[in-house]
Formats: sequence, structure tokens, C-alpha cells
Amino acid sequence: MNNINAGNRDQGTGISHLRPAIFFQAFIGLFLRDLRVLTREFLPFLLRVGMQPLLFLFVFTFILPRMSTGNPMAIAGGVDFGTILLPGLMAVAIMFSGIAAVALPLSSEFGITREIDDRVMCPLPLWAVALEKVCFSAMQSIIAALLVIPMAYYIPAKPVVAHITSWFLLALVLVLASLLAGALGLVIGSTVNPKQIGLVFSILVVPITFLGCVYYPWMGLFQNIRWLSIAVLFNPIVYMSEGLRAAVTPGIEHMPWWAILIALVFFTAVLGRWGLKGFLGRVQS
Amino acid sequence: MRTCFPSLCLVNCLIVEIQNLTKIYPSKLPVTAVDGLDLELEQGEIFGLLGPNGAGKTTTISIATTRTLPTSGTIRINGIDVVQHPAHARRMIGVVPQFNTLDRSLTVYENLYFHCRYFGFSHSTAKSRSLDLLTQFMLTERKSVYPAQLSGGLAQRVQIARAIAHRPAVLFLDEPSAGLDPQSRMAMWSAVQELHKEGITVLLTTHYMEEADQLSDRLAILDHGRILALGSPEKLKSTFGAHTLFDLKLKSRASLDPLLASLRAHPGVTNAEATSDGLRVLAVSADGLLSDLVQAAAPYGLRDLQITEPSLETVFIQLTGRDLRE
Repeated sequence: MNNINAGNRDQGTGISHLRPAIFFQAFIGLFLRDLRVLTREFLPFLLRVGMQPLLFLFVFTFILPRMSTGNPMAIAGGVDFGTILLPGLMAVAIMFSGIAAVALPLSSEFGITREIDDRVMCPLPLWAVALEKVCFSAMQSIIAALLVIPMAYYIPAKPVVAHITSWFLLALVLVLASLLAGALGLVIGSTVNPKQIGLVFSILVVPITFLGCVYYPWMGLFQNIRWLSIAVLFNPIVYMSEGLRAAVTPGIEHMPWWAILIALVFFTAVLGRWGLKGFLGRVQS
Repeated sequence: MRTCFPSLCLVNCLIVEIQNLTKIYPSKLPVTAVDGLDLELEQGEIFGLLGPNGAGKTTTISIATTRTLPTSGTIRINGIDVVQHPAHARRMIGVVPQFNTLDRSLTVYENLYFHCRYFGFSHSTAKSRSLDLLTQFMLTERKSVYPAQLSGGLAQRVQIARAIAHRPAVLFLDEPSAGLDPQSRMAMWSAVQELHKEGITVLLTTHYMEEADQLSDRLAILDHGRILALGSPEKLKSTFGAHTLFDLKLKSRASLDPLLASLRAHPGVTNAEATSDGLRVLAVSADGLLSDLVQAAAPYGLRDLQITEPSLETVFIQLTGRDLRE
């Protein structure tokens, strides 16, 4: 009964003294648990995150350029579509992975099985349980985004012109975008009724992807359809795509990097707070 | 506040202290689930919370296990306030919830192993503790099975093993035998009694009086969020009179009052009251009463007579005027 004795010693001597170590161990425990589940389903995970960018690159940068009509999606200015697409597809991979890694498991854990009780009974503050979910999903998002790079290298008919000038910026954008995706997943998972999680994909995830400057740069939108370029500023996916554009293909006109970073931090904080509120409301009455 | 050092103090240590606990669920018609509850559990006892559905048992356990916040009042587990320090309090408690909350993505062994890891065990300690628990709960053959493939009784066993894996001071069992077949229920009871021998304190809720009677050292009868009676099963039965209950079904319930008055005057009868289909007599002694009852009730068209021997159920009915399983 070592724990009991430890608990009593804390009285008066300060519980806070032991806290960080206990919390850290519990956090690592949760992370290891998620890692175990992921490694068991690693192939399905790769297929899930890889299929969409694979097919996208294959159709638009391999098949269409070979057809006699030429590439209907070629962008004016001579930039190859594959180069436009690479950062955009990385952003999509990050977002889908974030939602799949947080929102889908959460919605089933909150469901009839109440499996979430298994996790929230850990010796860890509830916010840290939510944070672990976001962090683990961010790790998956980063893997998913990096997976797009070799695809973009090998598949397109014309080579993609990637030119990473700042690895630091790339790492920063990857991490921030992945945390943002996890926070978005937390919001969806903890506020949407599990029965309607499929509907959310149709009415939220698909629109924010198509209007997220994934398949076209924001500057192109700004120069041609001004009203839409302003409207999409409320869409966090825009900053994920533009951030990766600034880091991976800086040759294409993009938003200033500092504005992108501010927006990524802002949206991560807002969505994280919203998601956490929903999470706490669902696990504690 | 008294705190408890199990190694030093073997008797009369308070391990759970519930003071003036109230929980009101806000809505258009606010529901008071727990209403000023006071309760103290001593180190090493099995304590039963007995009451009908909606009595406030599950809410009390949910607050004690940090899953629900109280409207007012405090609960201390081993001296630690569960509202102030929920994460820390969780190290002191093991929970077997009403429903199967096992991790569906992990095998039985992994459920135990990762539970140990959450509580700070190293890889090797978590591994050996999980293997020991599998042996103790006769689950070794099923270590690689996923929870979805387990029967209700087996899943319950895994849940108990998981709840005690981190060696908590108090084990909370919320309706542990709900949905179990009789064999699994017996197995669960013996598992709880084994844990009791190891010195763990157990708080269980139930609406099965046999369960409360057989398992508990002490129990509280709860209704409408309040404690109606508290003590050992024997003490409750003797304090509230070891009453025998006679339920009479009558064809005619017109002018029952003279009959009730005459029955109340009968030696040995403590109370007689009208029910929806006849009357109910509570008596300390059944000697000679049966024939008198039959004779007295005959003019009213006695259809049926049911006798319930002294039990916790008769104590409960005496206290609340209603059946335990209503």
C-alpha cells in the first residue's frame, strides 16, 4: 500500500511537490497506449492518410498532363500544378489525420461504451487528458504530411519545384498546423453528437478543405476573386496551406510568414479552448 | 480531519469522509440527487449503499470518484479532497463502473498493463503486476482476447482487476452484479471478499438486498439522496425490529379502518396500513397472528396472503413504505 502512505505524506507537505512527476508519468502512459494502438493498425493508418494525396497527385499531375487537352488545372504564370498542390495536400493530410485521430475515437469513447471513463480515471488533470489526445494526433499529422513529400517527388509527370529555405520555419509550421488540426478534432469530437459525425464531414470538413487554399494559392485568389479571399480568412486551413507553401515552395507567392504564424497560434488557441470546454462538459457532470 | 496511516493504524481509521454532500442537477425542474449526505467509511470495511433506483447511490459514487462535481459538501479519500485534488485522489481509488468501460482497442492483458503505466508503474513492474492479476482473477487464458469478445461476467472480472491494479486504498463498485448471471455474481462476490481479506476498503452500491446483507460489514439505506438508516446488517434488522411482513390482498377495501385499528391493537403488531390492493401488517412476532389475520380479513374477501420473513427488505419497507426494487 505504498500509494496510501505516499498520499498521506502529501498532506501538509504539499501535494504539489509530487504532482509534475505523477502527471508526466500518466501522460506518457496515455501516449504509449495510443502508440500501441497505432502500431497495431499502422497499415490501415498509412492507407487512410496516404490514399487521398496519392490519387490526387496521380490524376492531376500524372494522368491529366498526358492527355491531349493538356492540364485543365494549370495555373497561369507557368507554375506547375504539382508545385501548387504539394503544400496544399500536406495541409489536407494534416487536417484529415487530426480529425481522424481525435474526433472519431472521441465520439465513440463518449458513446454508449463510455470508454472515456477509462482514460479520465488516470491520475492526471482532465485538461491534460485532452492535451495528450491533441499531441498524439499532431504526431500522426506530421507523419501524414511528410508522407506526401515522396509521393510528390515520384508521381507527377513534371517534377515538383520544392525549395526549403528554412527548415526551422517548416518544422514550426508543421507542428503548429498539426496542433491546430488536433484542436479542431477535439472541438468536433466533443461537441458533435456521435450519430452526426458523418454529417460533419460533408458540411464542415469538405467545405473548409475546398475553400482552404489547398488547390490554389491565396495570392491567386486575392488577385482574382477579392471577396472570396477575404471570406476564407476565417478558415484555419488557409493558414495551414499557406504556411506550408511559405516553407516548402517559397517560389509561389504566399502570405507573409509572420501573419501565418500568428493566425496558426490564434486558431490553435481558440479551437483548443473551445474543444477543451466541450471535453470537460462531456466527461464531468 | 483525521488522516490514516494504514501501517500504523489498524482500527477505526477513516478512509472515506463524506460531509454534507449535495448534488442538484440543474434543469427546468432541478433534481436533487444527493441531499446533505454524511458518511464515514473505516479502513478495511466493506460498506454497502442500498437503495432503489434514483436514490442517489450512483451520483454519490460518481462524486467520490471525481467524475461528477458536487453542488456543495466535501468528500475526502484518505484525507485528500476529491474536488480540490481530483488527479491526486484518483491514485487512492479504484472504480468498477456500472457499465463496461474497458479499452476496446486493447487486449485484456494490455488493459491491465497500460492501466499500471497510467499510474506510474515502470514497464517491468506493470508487466509483472498485470500477469499476477491475470492469474489472481483466472484470466490468464484470455490475456490476448479483446474486451468485445468477453462475456459480462468475465468483463466484470477484468474491470475489478483493472480497478485494483494500482493498489488503491478504496475500491468503488457501482452495481457490480447488475446484468450478471448467478454464477458470475457468486464469482464477483468471492473476488470482493478476497480483496477484503487483503485489507482493501470497499464501497459498493446495490439494489439487491441479499448482496448488501451478505457482503457488507456495514450498510446505509439510502432514499431520495438521504440516509435513512446506517449500521451493520444485523444491527439494522434488530434496531428497526426484525419484522415479519404480511401482505394481504383483499377483494373489498371499503371501511378498512376498523380492521386496521383492531390489527394495530393486536399484541406483536407494530403497524398496519392500507395498500393499493389490500393491507400490510408489520409484526415482531408471527406466533398466532396468522390465523387471527385470516379470520379478521375474511369478511373483506381475502384473496391472497404473502409473508416476508425479517430481512433488510422488511427494514427498508418499514423505513420508506415502498419496495426496494420499485
